[in-house]
Amino acid sequence: MQPGLYHLLFVSTALFFIAVYGFFTRRNLVTMLMSVELMLNSVNINFIAFNKWLWPNRLDGLFFTIFIIAIAAAEAAVAIAIIINLYRTHQSIDVEKTEELKY
Amino acid sequence: MMSGSTIIFYLLAALTLVSGFLAVTTPQIFRAAVYLLFSLIGIAGIYFWLQYEFIAAVQIVVYVGGIVVLIIFSIFLTQKSGEKMPPAKQGRIVFSTLAAIAGFGVVFFQLYHHGFERTKEIPIDAGVSNIGRQMLGVQQHGYALPFEVVSMLLLAAMIACIVIALRTSKQDAGHGI
Repeated sequence: MQPGLYHLLFVSTALFFIAVYGFFTRRNLVTMLMSVELMLNSVNINFIAFNKWLWPNRLDGLFFTIFIIAIAAAEAAVAIAIIINLYRTHQSIDVEKTEELKY
Repeated sequence: MMSGSTIIFYLLAALTLVSGFLAVTTPQIFRAAVYLLFSLIGIAGIYFWLQYEFIAAVQIVVYVGGIVVLIIFSIFLTQKSGEKMPPAKQGRIVFSTLAAIAGFGVVFFQLYHHGFERTKEIPIDAGVSNIGRQMLGVQQHGYALPFEVVSMLLLAAMIACIVIALRTSKQDAGHGI
């Protein structure tokens, strides 16, 4: 059977929930950031698949993907700057140890 | 009998999902980054398989060449890379697995029972010239304004990174140790 839209939706949904699992279980900020990147990528697969199968006369899904990639790059850069700064002040990037704003 | 294209799709999907799963479960953080790299390469392969070559190239340049390298550098700066991370609590693993499986079930059930309707229009070429013309177009369906907004966002993020990572005074840096 030729892979169709549902095959790609399966891949993107599975990847999204794998990333959700990682986001819940990981306690390290860098690995949580990796999970967020995987989530954004699964959303990109969705946009591309819908563009390919449902609206091949338009390019809007492609543009959404390009803008999501740009915003994800900015988000990763800011997150890593914050993580490195946190490591300088707390000597740790474990989320359990960064709780000063909680109280 | 499966055609070559079908086999390639299943191989790419398996590469993406298996390395994505290993990236969120492996206890060694550096290995997690390398598995993330393979997962992103698999996604770029899926874009190539869909014949959206420009997006695949952007994916490889930005994610594989940029973000993963950035993550690996931050691992080197903050972590002893050979060291294993402590495993998560048993209860948390159980509930995360349940949440992920339940979410996957609900979402995919909804998707599967939603009938998607394909447009009847003639497909257009998704080459670089069409993408560039529409991206910088100011007429209807042009993306010039979001393009400018994203460029401002990137500038703001760059300045923010410099401001956050910059440490000016010495006693300020020593605070909290």
